[in-house]
Amino acid sequence: MFEPNPPVDLSSGKYLKLWQGPQHPGITGNMSLELTTCGDEVVDCKTHVGYLHRGFEKLMERRTFIQNFPIVCRIAVPEPTFNEYLYAAVVEELAGIQSPERAEWIRTLNLELMRLASYLMWLGGIGAAFGQSTVYQWTVTHRDYILDLFEEMTGARVYHMYIVPGGVRGRLPEGFEGRCHEVLNRVEKLLRDVEKVLFNNVVFKARTKGLGHIPREMVDPYGITGPNQRAAGFARDLRKDAPYLVYDQLEFDLITATESDTYARAWVRYQEMHQGIRMLRQCLDRMPKDGPFQARMPNVLHWQVPAGETYAKAECTRGEYGYYLVTDGSEYVRRVHVRGPSYTHAIALMEKLAVGTNIADIAGLMVSLHTYPPEIER
Amino acid sequence: MANPIELLQRFGKNFAISEIHEQKADLTFFKVPKEQAVRLLRELRDDAGYTHLAFLTNIDWIEKGIFTLTYMLHNYDARHSLGMHVDLERDNAEMQSIHGLWAQAATYQRELREMYGIRFPGSPRLDEDFCLEGWDQIPPMRKEFDTAAFSLERFYSREGRGTEDPREHMKGLLYPTHTDEPSSGGQ
Repeated sequence: MFEPNPPVDLSSGKYLKLWQGPQHPGITGNMSLELTTCGDEVVDCKTHVGYLHRGFEKLMERRTFIQNFPIVCRIAVPEPTFNEYLYAAVVEELAGIQSPERAEWIRTLNLELMRLASYLMWLGGIGAAFGQSTVYQWTVTHRDYILDLFEEMTGARVYHMYIVPGGVRGRLPEGFEGRCHEVLNRVEKLLRDVEKVLFNNVVFKARTKGLGHIPREMVDPYGITGPNQRAAGFARDLRKDAPYLVYDQLEFDLITATESDTYARAWVRYQEMHQGIRMLRQCLDRMPKDGPFQARMPNVLHWQVPAGETYAKAECTRGEYGYYLVTDGSEYVRRVHVRGPSYTHAIALMEKLAVGTNIADIAGLMVSLHTYPPEIER
Repeated sequence: MANPIELLQRFGKNFAISEIHEQKADLTFFKVPKEQAVRLLRELRDDAGYTHLAFLTNIDWIEKGIFTLTYMLHNYDARHSLGMHVDLERDNAEMQSIHGLWAQAATYQRELREMYGIRFPGSPRLDEDFCLEGWDQIPPMRKEFDTAAFSLERFYSREGRGTEDPREHMKGLLYPTHTDEPSSGGQ
């Protein structure tokens, strides 16, 4: 439930207004926090967004179904694949198209690689926010190895435009599996090093334990999802609760913690990276090596999707990512709404958690909630 | 947990629930009148386990003169979602605020006020700019807001462009008129 922060009298001379952002403070993207501080303690916080507003939802209403596909991936920069998959999923559902099994495996592989890349960037971000910049150098390098794999698989490093309605754009390149296993081994080795230098680091522990505690009873009233929710002790994950693609055929553990502070959230994400590697290995070993990767599609230049509405969701690194699509039987989308987990994490939750925090910890707190402003502004 | 259809029929004794539509096994849509909506949301949250508000958004049916709000609720135990529709008059759109039920609803309501002009009396910071700073046009997500006309009026064209229609422009670039003259090479 919404409870406003206590009012402050700015004319009293006790307080100072301080803006954090909109330049990237850490890896949190272009949003800014308007902080009211008393000494070095934050007493009020307001999130300001809009620096990245490109009006995607409006743009999509003026484009045909296939024309929308190259712009959806641009909604979440470090993790564009989830947009591609969810847009494809809602359009396929309303148009009555079933993508072939091989495409479902390739999509899962693609999404999990993306998750690993996004988590690597995040891990560097949380390290850098608490003065461990070396970890950032290591993890960004390893993220680049994954981007190399994406370049090989899709032709692009960041915006792949690979998961299309009906399936995927191409088969995996020759020898891809071997090179992917090699990168996974490297990342696994890196994670062991990161555990030693970051999670066992006394400074990191001292600064993150107890910081940004989210009480269990806050989770549902604030719409908190993903690792932020699992670190508060909720065993909820869409890959387990509402399996999509081939997640019901993969073995992985649900990671939870109870402390619900910055350290616990970091630890949950770190463990999920290990589970991601486990799933990727299963995908590489078990996926069908031949068969179609595209369903038969209507002529997409004159594609009319029957009238209807649906909502599809997937578990991304930050939580529940969803696409709500409404069609009216024409060649154009009637309405599409993108549900990004940062919407609540970066605004309602952040404004609450910032109160009482030291200024020096604000950047780390923001990173620990893992927010991306583009999915707020759409 | 009762079957969602049975659940809605049970609530139907006290609420005018209509247009129940089961989209898939874990997603059901229905409609409720504006006056009953917030009371029903509270009961669904407190008595039926739909504790998670995934999002709140609006669909513009300009030809019918209505806005349709969609509240997407989720029940974690039953693993089921309910999409609740509420119709508003398009010309004088106003809805009761639900920031007292879910904290993040205040942000959704602020966005809907800015993008569609729907008022939610009592919602915190409702009239503060959300994404748009200094916006002086009609709310931009309304269907009558023409983005192309706005761009032509507000911004200048790229130099050398003969047409504002991207299709026409690209046609000239992609299929240049064929001549028998040898190419001069490069630009």
